[in-house]
Amino acid sequence: MKFDLRNNKDFLAGLLFILIGGLAVVIAREYPMGFVARMGPGYFPTVLGGLLILLGLYVMIRGLYSGAKVQGGWGGKPLALIALSIVLFGFFMDRLGMVPALVAMFFAAALAGREFRFKEVLLLTVLMSAFAVGVFIYGLKLPYWLFIGF
Amino acid sequence: MDILDHLMLGFSVAFSLENLAYCFIGVLLGTLVGVLPGVGPLVTIAMLLPITFALPAVPALIMLAGIYYGAQYGGSTTSILVNLPGETASAVTCFDGYQMARQGRAGPALAIAAIASFFAGCVGVLLIALAGPLLGEWALLFGAAEYFSLMLMGLVASAVLTQGDVVKGLAMVVLGLLIGIVGTDVNSGLARYTFGVPELSDGVGFTVLAVGLFAVAEIAANLERKEAREVYTSKITGLMPSGRDLKDSSWPVVRGTAVGAIFGVLPGAGPALSSFATYMLEKKVAKDPSRFGKGAIEGVAAPEAANNAAAQTSFIPMLTLGIPTSATMAIMLGALTMQGIEPGPQVMISKPELFWGVIASMWIGNLLLVILNLPLVGVWVKLLRVPYRWLFPSIIMFCCIGIFSVNNNPVDVYLCAMVGVLGYILVKLECEPAPLILGYVLGPLMEEYLRRALLISRGDPSVFFTRPISLAFMIATVFVLAVMIAPAVRGKREA
Repeated sequence: MKFDLRNNKDFLAGLLFILIGGLAVVIAREYPMGFVARMGPGYFPTVLGGLLILLGLYVMIRGLYSGAKVQGGWGGKPLALIALSIVLFGFFMDRLGMVPALVAMFFAAALAGREFRFKEVLLLTVLMSAFAVGVFIYGLKLPYWLFIGF
Repeated sequence: MDILDHLMLGFSVAFSLENLAYCFIGVLLGTLVGVLPGVGPLVTIAMLLPITFALPAVPALIMLAGIYYGAQYGGSTTSILVNLPGETASAVTCFDGYQMARQGRAGPALAIAAIASFFAGCVGVLLIALAGPLLGEWALLFGAAEYFSLMLMGLVASAVLTQGDVVKGLAMVVLGLLIGIVGTDVNSGLARYTFGVPELSDGVGFTVLAVGLFAVAEIAANLERKEAREVYTSKITGLMPSGRDLKDSSWPVVRGTAVGAIFGVLPGAGPALSSFATYMLEKKVAKDPSRFGKGAIEGVAAPEAANNAAAQTSFIPMLTLGIPTSATMAIMLGALTMQGIEPGPQVMISKPELFWGVIASMWIGNLLLVILNLPLVGVWVKLLRVPYRWLFPSIIMFCCIGIFSVNNNPVDVYLCAMVGVLGYILVKLECEPAPLILGYVLGPLMEEYLRRALLISRGDPSVFFTRPISLAFMIATVFVLAVMIAPAVRGKREA
């Protein structure tokens, strides 16, 4: 048995499946189960959740024996920045308009890359935003603000 | 002849100026985006999907199909010129295609890829036209039990045949089914797994899931890899293959088409497995197998024919039975559902112009690929030089705007970021996302059929084993599972 569980890909995958399956079963307890001939809304999800737990257990135990590692480690920073850039877009799109949303999105996303060159990112932002505004707002006539109120 | 009438109808639809234009735009956009390094067909389709929502069903599907094979062909171009496959299906093309490019024969390699794809595409379209109605008529006999068994078979097969671990594949299918259940239950009106978020009462949006899993997760994973690119572009002079090239590749193209056509209809196999299988086959039948991997033209022609034939025939189960066999087909099916069309055998009867129009336009699309790509190679080559650090923020931009535009709701965008994080974790843990999206698409239907079948049989589960067609699907499912458990096969899969 190997004990580096944080990088054990099968152990973690199994754990993830068990957690999601368990959550599904627990939540489904609030839904009427019904019976086989007349299934309630809780029946199918409970079966699926149980199945996911079983499959997860198998994968997890196998991971304990094989000890196979996650390849390349965990890259938290690019992932977090990409996710952030998307969230920022949604947040500003609704409140400030498309241009601020795109500026925030581009800068956050570009920070996730290997190199960050300010001038290049600025140019990319300007060009792509102009393109997006041209295509989506003037071309396809989507009803979005450019800036707040416009 | 029925088929002639149908094809005539199809071509009259496809040749309308509007549809022709959408086919052209689809193929062009698909190739344009597909050629970009690190952007595979799935990312391309997921990203461009929202654009088609504004269109009526026929042009939308025509355009999506165009994007699909455009992206696939674009992927081959990247494989040949940069040795950087956008997806597994074109990984095989790298072996010999890139070597040909290094020997200064990039032109013939690209041309033979286009010609092989075109031939395979023509055969594929013909097969759809022949097999579609037969399969569709047969499927009209299906009741709830048959559909449930068929879906079960499809999902199990997809988990077994997709690359990667089988048990994880099955778990991903179940996870997909669970995600598919999120939303309001049709029978009871109860909102399930919505966590109090009103936006979730319609379920997890299809675009949100596709873009999050395939585009966002893919970008995050790509950013960790080292960017190593060598573009062999200086020597693209003669585009046309010589007579000998054509002669050498004619039989491989035919064999590749045959293998691809069969693999295309198998759930989970699709283009990727078929191109590997034909490559192996060509190596076996070749007089001098040592040439492979060193720039043998057969090594480009056969897999390209195979993956295109598979791409075409994978439309058969999707259009006639409503069963997607690959992640791409799941996206197509989702797009169809978003257009308000319930996929299944009745589509062919109730919407013949859709079914046959799409088929005819596939043929036109394949022709457009040949016409478009040979002269545009120079443009694609320039695109190949665009650095990834400019590309990925732009891809995210299209994804964001696309998702936002579906419901004009920021919650969808937040959800997509969450799905992206989940997708990244799954990629790192080597869990294939393709079975998940198949499960997601089939989830609600499967539950509905299960409930209905057991309601009719008054709770007697033997209904799945006493009706002959359903029994056949069940036997096939057990067979697929048995093959998976057989240790010899498992050993091979890991190799």
